[in-house]
Amino acid sequence: MIYFDRVSKIYSDATPALHDITLGIEPAEFVSIVGHSGAGKTTLLKMLLAEETPTKGKVFLQSIDIHSLKRREMIYYRRRIGVIFQDFRLLPHKTVYENVSFAMEAAGRTDKEIESDVPHVLELVDLGKKFWSFPNELSGGEKQRVAIARAIVNQPDIVIADEPTGNLDPLNTFEIIQILKKINDFGTIVILTTHNKGIIDSLGKRVISMDEGKIIRDSKEGRYVL
Amino acid sequence: MFVHIKRIIRSGFFNFFRNGFVSFSSILVMLVTLFVIGSVIFSGAVLNSTLETLKDKVDIRVTFVTTAEEEQILDLKEKIEALPEVENVSYTSREEALIIFKERHGDDQLILQALEELGDNPLGSSLNIKAKEPSQYESVANFLQNKEPLGSSGVSIIDKINFFQNKTAIDKLSNIIDSSEKLGFIITIVLVIMSVLITFNTIRLAIYISRDEISVMKLVGADSSYIRGPFVVSGILYGLFAAILTLLIFLPTTLWLGDIAKRFFVSFNAFDYYMSNFLEIFAIIIVSGVAIGAISSYLASRRYLK
Repeated sequence: MIYFDRVSKIYSDATPALHDITLGIEPAEFVSIVGHSGAGKTTLLKMLLAEETPTKGKVFLQSIDIHSLKRREMIYYRRRIGVIFQDFRLLPHKTVYENVSFAMEAAGRTDKEIESDVPHVLELVDLGKKFWSFPNELSGGEKQRVAIARAIVNQPDIVIADEPTGNLDPLNTFEIIQILKKINDFGTIVILTTHNKGIIDSLGKRVISMDEGKIIRDSKEGRYVL
Repeated sequence: MFVHIKRIIRSGFFNFFRNGFVSFSSILVMLVTLFVIGSVIFSGAVLNSTLETLKDKVDIRVTFVTTAEEEQILDLKEKIEALPEVENVSYTSREEALIIFKERHGDDQLILQALEELGDNPLGSSLNIKAKEPSQYESVANFLQNKEPLGSSGVSIIDKINFFQNKTAIDKLSNIIDSSEKLGFIITIVLVIMSVLITFNTIRLAIYISRDEISVMKLVGADSSYIRGPFVVSGILYGLFAAILTLLIFLPTTLWLGDIAKRFFVSFNAFDYYMSNFLEIFAIIIVSGVAIGAISSYLASRRYLK
């Protein structure tokens, strides 16, 4: 469903961030990407989000070359992907409920859909009692769960989680991963990057290891090996 | 479409109130801008009314010799009135001149006694000529000199034209009026441009603070109108609040200024002017506030939407 066709990215200082990456991801797959900092994981995800354009090669979602999309089409394309960051990136002046409903409003959904879906999704991430809290009133784990709720509320095809547990304690880390697994069980592609060996080893899903902009290992039911 | 607009407006309101401190400081800066614009309106009015008063005081007085016949004078009056530069001409007869003179010196027994001694009325009749513009007095005076009507004795009936005594003063005044109008205009433009730029920058800063939010909104798949709209709504609210505050502040200010100004410009009362032109000033201030707020927000948010 996702296909990287010989993608390279060279930044202005001439060191390649990605080097000739060819990679396919099937529907409903759970893929973890591991590697040292600077191995190219984040650049790879940015390619998929079309935040970066490849220097060489193409990235496809189904048969769409995502870097040839026009502005308007890009907005629709982005709505098919939910993103979760290490630093949460919630809207600070909106409540938990509004942070999630914003994604639906932006996608042009009706008030009725929003009223029925947002509480449902917030229950799913166990935030049923925090609807009207602002982000600064939440713990790190709660913030990340809001971010997940926002990422999945539009039922995206793909959820990208870029080191989602980097700022969390082990218990919250465990909960976040459980939620991601649940999302994957519904048939959504989940792409996860992490430095946490324990997570990878317990998942038992596909693991892609990267180093210096290249894929050095790609194994089904892999383990955390660098 | 309607839902879209409703959501943008609601979101703009929420941003405005939840970003309390940013809104507060933006309103303060905009208040200064609108206050400058308002002050420009007032000082323009003060200048105009002062100039009008001064212009009003300038005229040409043609005094006639005592032997001049009234008929001749009235004939001349008609001719002067026919000039395009002339606003009006008023005739003061010898008898009227005497009454005015006596009234003016009513307390001065010495002068009144001297007048009694003379027996005859020593004052000539006169014409007061008012031109439409101070700069036109010269041509009126020239007309009078060239047309100098002769009395029956073959001597000019005009005793004197005070324009030639006052010429330098009148010239100076026309110059002052001219340059103060020009200077006022330039100062106005500069002040307005400066304060608009400051406001624009403040709003840009307010949006700069939100640049991360904007990038998140983009990532969630919001289109630009949906991201920018709430900023524009907040900008309009800044303008609206600042405008209302400005209008309120002008109430005590003009009242206070009115008292002071009375001592200098007898004819101008800032408070009365404010009250009688309230609708116009209200419209100018509100429209400027809203326009500056909306346009600044629109332009400032554009940067982060690319």
